[in-house]
Amino acid sequence: MPIPISYNVRNVIQRPWSTLATTIGIALVVAILIGAFALASGFQAALVETGSDSNAMVLRTGADSEISSGISLDAAHILKALPDVAPGPDGRPLVSADMVVLMNQPRLGQEGSSNVTVRGIDPPSLALRPRVKLVAGRMFAPGSDEVIVAQRIARRFAHCDIGDRLRFGQRDFTVVGQFTAGGSGFDSEVWGDNAVLMPALNREGAYQSVTFRMRDPSRFAELKRRLESDRRLGVEVRTERAWYAGQSRLMSTVLRAGGILITLIMAVGAIFGAMNTMYAAVGQRTREIAVLLTLGFTPGAVMLSFLFESVFLALIGGALGCLIALPINGVTTSTTNWSSFSEIAFAFRVTPAGMIAGLIFAAIMGAFGGFLPARQAARQSLAMTLRAG
Amino acid sequence: MSLLSLVLVNLGRNKRRTILTALSVLVALFLFCALRGVLDTLEASIRVGSEARLVTRNAISLIFPLPLSYQERLLTVPGVRSVSYANWFGGRDPVDQSNFYAQFAVAENYLPIYASDIEIVAFDRPQVAGAVPPGVDPKLAAFMNERDACVVGERLFNRMKWKLGQTVPVSGTIFPGTWTFTVRAVYHAKNPAMNEEAMFFHWKYLSEKGMGGQGQVGWYVLELSDPGQAGAVTRAVDALYANSAAATHTETERAFQAGFVSMYGNVPFLIGVIGLAVVFAILLVAANTMMMATRERTAEFGVMKTLGFDDGTIFRLVLVEAAVITFGGGALGALLAKLVIEGSDFNAMGLLPPMTVRWATVLVGVAIAVVIGAASGLVPAWQASQRRIVDALRRVE
Repeated sequence: MPIPISYNVRNVIQRPWSTLATTIGIALVVAILIGAFALASGFQAALVETGSDSNAMVLRTGADSEISSGISLDAAHILKALPDVAPGPDGRPLVSADMVVLMNQPRLGQEGSSNVTVRGIDPPSLALRPRVKLVAGRMFAPGSDEVIVAQRIARRFAHCDIGDRLRFGQRDFTVVGQFTAGGSGFDSEVWGDNAVLMPALNREGAYQSVTFRMRDPSRFAELKRRLESDRRLGVEVRTERAWYAGQSRLMSTVLRAGGILITLIMAVGAIFGAMNTMYAAVGQRTREIAVLLTLGFTPGAVMLSFLFESVFLALIGGALGCLIALPINGVTTSTTNWSSFSEIAFAFRVTPAGMIAGLIFAAIMGAFGGFLPARQAARQSLAMTLRAG
Repeated sequence: MSLLSLVLVNLGRNKRRTILTALSVLVALFLFCALRGVLDTLEASIRVGSEARLVTRNAISLIFPLPLSYQERLLTVPGVRSVSYANWFGGRDPVDQSNFYAQFAVAENYLPIYASDIEIVAFDRPQVAGAVPPGVDPKLAAFMNERDACVVGERLFNRMKWKLGQTVPVSGTIFPGTWTFTVRAVYHAKNPAMNEEAMFFHWKYLSEKGMGGQGQVGWYVLELSDPGQAGAVTRAVDALYANSAAATHTETERAFQAGFVSMYGNVPFLIGVIGLAVVFAILLVAANTMMMATRERTAEFGVMKTLGFDDGTIFRLVLVEAAVITFGGGALGALLAKLVIEGSDFNAMGLLPPMTVRWATVLVGVAIAVVIGAASGLVPAWQASQRRIVDALRRVE
């Protein structure tokens, strides 16, 4: 017969300070694990959600980022005229040939500068990327030297408020609007009319990428084969989503691996702490355990009971860790995505999966920390213990 | 009996607990120092560049090139001794895309500028004896006389198991196609902060094959005759091109390198936060231990006080005991971090200088450990010293 769980629960409550110290220690480890996962998920989400499965993205063969790509004007014309391009509500094809460059801008409130992505777009771009929504000001007028700026970037870099002027090459561009893009990578960009930006930046020879809505996304494989074998183009075709997922892979792997490494090391320390607490718990209750054994509870049941107590203690810590980590959800941070060499602003994203991982991790810490003390409890000699008392 | 020997006896009383606590402090301080080490390394990498050299790039950003024609005019700026230039090639290993290393296309006079930072450790003899331009290391003769030759860093050379004279394929991302380079020399970085996993090849080759002879330069390196004039030269250069099609941005090489580090954005701050959380977590573990240790000795402290030990001694006894545990664990952990991190040989594929944990960091770690010990012992020590003898003795386990 197993020992009732309430026995352990009461014991944990009996020693509030010791319980608190152990659980907070475990809580911090769990909070850091969840935080690191939230960082990686937020980063990944920012990029993966930039792309849609129904959009196709065309870059030059071999290009591993938009800035290293180049699509000649001729190739762009061919792509824009493809019958595979879906028409928008106004009947015009949903396609945008983008010019993408980086602009080095000083940061606000932090030393140094970073590269901000500047994207010159075609008018259908907003319909093509429905996540992008203007939240302040207005859209730039086609053919004018006006730009719109992502709100997340506006908070981090100088000269990005409405009415401010950004200098590209020899021309000043006026910021007339701010947009959000639902946490995607576009949230880190500046958009303007490519017909104006390209001459201003001496980029008239080529676009960087062409994105279009597919009339029939299920026939993507066939489309890809056809375009990639077209020798006039020399391009690679991916779904927009696959492209952005690829751009996030390096950084999110590094962030996640770093987070796991740090938490694993921290966990070892927390396990030692939990062992201390459990040894003390076992030590204080030597006689109690002896009584339990005398009453006929098997050593196995005693061991299980103490193991459970340890896991229970750790799970309280895990839950506490989740609570500590929760407020960072939505906090915006930024770093350079080395895959594209440009600044990306993104929000921590605390996911249910991350929290469950944290709880499981806590339980494992509890099990490791409780194993040896629990075994000691189960193995103690009855006669000796009772006589000593 | 001296205080210290009493402390030692107490420590040995519950060896398992002492060791477990010391171990958790060890792990925590290891982690703390390792994280600080990452920050140390980042900080070291912003001091890699020289302050006696300037870097001029396109004002918009590094991805915009500058015309080759600027070289002649830059040379005329007072205070500039020589002008060289380079381009980022951005190629990938065609076999393994994830195997990254940096490639630079450099002007003839680029490597001589860095002559004091690098040393040629292996090289091919030229097939035809040709003259090397003045200032160029004669060991580079074979490299200089061959269009598609390259010089590679020792670490890269060893990692890729290349041989001298071997042809190395690189697939271009910015400059499309498959490029091949012949390894003609290997350099060793005398300055440990210098990237030893890079490949240098002739800018002319890139210009002819990749840019249709257009002569676009990624950035210029300006050697100054007097480093004190850096500010004046910077202003003079940028004023020269302020109203041209390609305006320039000039800064010291050190500031240029620091710019890359600042691109990490908030990451160093996050690492710092994690370090603090680690410290706080061990504080709790240590405090818990000390509370357990004093609680089970309550009666004993009563006896000691009866014997004439004063409150101050009891207070110190508990405090020192805590500090000894955390000092032992902390010092070991901090030293271990220095050994492991510096021995790891990790340099982010040449992007960072070798990892370092400065001695200052180790000392800070040890100091934190001692402070944590004292802080964790404070409450139990206070309780133990203030408890009245009657109360202490009355408590029966």
